[in-house]
Amino acid sequence: MSQAPANERAAIELVGIDKKFGAVHANKNINLSVAKGSIHGIIGENGAGKSTLMSILYGFYHADSGEIRIDGKPVAIRDSQAAIAAGIGMVHQHFMLVENFTVLENLMLGAEGGMLLKGGVTRARGELKRLASDYGLEVDPDAVVEELAVGLQQRVEILKAMYRGAEILILDEPTGVLTPAEADHLFRILKVLRDQGKTVILITHKLREIMAITDTVSVMRRGEMVATRKTSETTVEELAELMVGRRVLLRVEKGAANPGAVVLSVKNLTVKDGRGVTMVDNVSFDVRAGEIVGIAGVAGNGQSELLEAISGIRPPTSGEILIDGIPIGRADPARLRDLGLAHIPEDRHHMGLVLRFEEYENAILGYHRDPKYGGMFLDLDAIRKDAVDKIEKYDIRPPNPRLKTANFSGGNQQKIVVAREIERDPKLLLIGQPTRGVDIGAIEFIHRRIIDMRDAGKAQLLVSVELDEIRALSDRILVMFAGQIVGEKTADAGEQTLGLMMAGIAA
Amino acid sequence: MNTASLPLPGWITYGLIPLINLVLAFFFSGLVVWFIGENPFDALALMLEGALGSGEGIGFTLYYATNFIFTGLSVAVAIHAGLFNIGSEGQAYIGGLGAALVALALDRYVPWYVTMPFAIAGAAIFGAAWAFIPAFLQAKRGSHIVITTIMFNFIGAALMVYLLVNVLIVPGKMAPETRTFLEGGQLPKLDWLMALFGLKLGPAPFNVSFLIALAMCLVVWLLVWRTKLGYEMRTLGISPTAAVYAGIPYSRTVIIAMLISGGLAGMMALNPVLGASARLQVEFVGGAGFVGIAVSLMGRNHPAGIILAAILFGILYQGGDWVSFEMPNITREMIVVIQGLVILFAGALEYMCRPALARLYYSMAKRGV
Repeated sequence: MSQAPANERAAIELVGIDKKFGAVHANKNINLSVAKGSIHGIIGENGAGKSTLMSILYGFYHADSGEIRIDGKPVAIRDSQAAIAAGIGMVHQHFMLVENFTVLENLMLGAEGGMLLKGGVTRARGELKRLASDYGLEVDPDAVVEELAVGLQQRVEILKAMYRGAEILILDEPTGVLTPAEADHLFRILKVLRDQGKTVILITHKLREIMAITDTVSVMRRGEMVATRKTSETTVEELAELMVGRRVLLRVEKGAANPGAVVLSVKNLTVKDGRGVTMVDNVSFDVRAGEIVGIAGVAGNGQSELLEAISGIRPPTSGEILIDGIPIGRADPARLRDLGLAHIPEDRHHMGLVLRFEEYENAILGYHRDPKYGGMFLDLDAIRKDAVDKIEKYDIRPPNPRLKTANFSGGNQQKIVVAREIERDPKLLLIGQPTRGVDIGAIEFIHRRIIDMRDAGKAQLLVSVELDEIRALSDRILVMFAGQIVGEKTADAGEQTLGLMMAGIAA
Repeated sequence: MNTASLPLPGWITYGLIPLINLVLAFFFSGLVVWFIGENPFDALALMLEGALGSGEGIGFTLYYATNFIFTGLSVAVAIHAGLFNIGSEGQAYIGGLGAALVALALDRYVPWYVTMPFAIAGAAIFGAAWAFIPAFLQAKRGSHIVITTIMFNFIGAALMVYLLVNVLIVPGKMAPETRTFLEGGQLPKLDWLMALFGLKLGPAPFNVSFLIALAMCLVVWLLVWRTKLGYEMRTLGISPTAAVYAGIPYSRTVIIAMLISGGLAGMMALNPVLGASARLQVEFVGGAGFVGIAVSLMGRNHPAGIILAAILFGILYQGGDWVSFEMPNITREMIVVIQGLVILFAGALEYMCRPALARLYYSMAKRGV
């Protein structure tokens, strides 16, 4: 175990931080030193204790023991107000913005400065201008937040922290919702902040980002800080191994596809969303048995609606969907499951799982009407036995079918969904964001399962905002932009080509 | 410090927290009693004596509790499907019509145990029918069930007054009520059950409906946690989007849940109509439908909790009557204030004490106590 270089002046130091939740030891004697004016990455699998550590730093939790020092002085961070006063700013994974307020109003929220708004508004406007020019953080102060692109909303979050005088900026999985171009822009901003003397702590599980932007990186595993490295002196492979505790394959190995008959056929499909906006615009394609067709695109270009239409969740406006050559009409999700369709939904929290259910209850969601799980009454013995089998086969941890689903880590939650859908042995599998928020060890496992399904002759449609994932798994790639399929490429297409197509620039 | 996500053991969540809430409610009620110049401890002693001090008192307490078990179950079933049924009051009222029509038709010809199953069915069907229209409007048109069920309480009340004044009234009488049912249309009192405990029921109207209510608790438990229908209802109730994904039909599930909820509310009418007064009277529900909301909340929508909460409210009703009788300063309205405080602390402020207890529990666990 190596320590951060002690010769640089530390902006923030954690000494012997320890935190238990009942039987769970979330942080074990954490020591961390972050140098002033540096970008420090913290990586680790889900459940490794990163979020707990940052919550302690931001005053959401109290450490059971240990000390936090800022600029060498011990501070007590009782709540987020104290964190802000100590110069710590946090940009959460899920933005904490009032969507129907303007940028300026969001900036002032909690720092209005007096009974009347006028003085505060003038001050905030001036400050915003200064921040924009100093750090390249340009946003229209009078734009309503919900009308801004996701990347700009994030910029408002950063501005909020800076406006409150943050010297140390913590970003929690900041690129999860960004396009590659937006992520690049974010990184440029972070570098400017660093060069101006601010300290940035970046929490992520994406190794590429760590390598691209950080100066120093610390790895957490199972509540412990297992290593701290200078980024320039480490490799992706070493970090992955430190995170997981064993060697991992970063790219799943697969042979050539062996496509068979057409299983899914989409013809001139148009789908409108709840507001009547056309999200899928006259789209046609086929998916054959034994192949994986990937849909690349920036989030919000119609992929979600496409998956929802094919899975029977959202009725199409026009066009036709055929499974094995038979039009499915207005079949509902239950009927489509009977036809051999399975669906790993993009959003496991709102669709794939009922978080308040016990694990075994989620293991039958959507298939609960199957007679093998009982007639009018639930056959609890059969259901739990089935759940235990899947838990063993997919190494879902902790292996307890009676545990509430919300208490599993993100990766294990996703495995519950993947196990449920793949173990039905469907002939057509729709996959949405299979590894969103999933740690690297589980990603390898889930990718392996998907390839196995392909080699077993199943037809699969994959939607992911992770271009790497699309390229690693797909046999053919369709690029979606503004509701249309703007082109088809083979799996070996370059990242740049695909990126330009995703941005609607090239076809 | 954020304690909402910290897990607490069951004995705290289901035992200690409700107990503390209850103690707080009684404390503030005691303050109110003290303010109007009565001794709160005397009032409490009177209340307990009135509710639990005699066979008759217990009989009345359990009679009221029977009403609240039915309406509590009604509210709970709807809540499990994500529906807030405020209409148990009206559904119980209309359920009384179904029960009374059965009793009026059969009491001359058959003994009570033949009438009973038909009366149960009549009450349930009429209550369910009254819930059907709001359910249908919610399922197919998106009209909010809270609004429509409230409106149907008023419509039901007006309809019942009309029927009792113009149609069902005994010719030549002034009171807007049906004729008294013969023995074949009455549910017998449970003297034998009280006798098992060496208690005398006296004139208290504690009757067979109580056993029906207990049976319904078992039925509701089986329905919600052991049937596929219950599984679908819970899925819809917790996560409507997951229900869509799972192919659970929204309209069908909403309508079935509301029919069951309305049916349970309707069955509440058996207790006062066939069990106590042996006739259908105006406003016999007397707010039991609304108390059912508090009972369900306090009982955490679980039949076992609903039984306990219903008995607590039975004690408040019967004991409250006793207190207002013995202490003229404490009027019927004061009793409503006290009941309101219990609802406030046990229902609405349910989580007030949780953060402090969670901190205490974790700091004690850390010290290894």
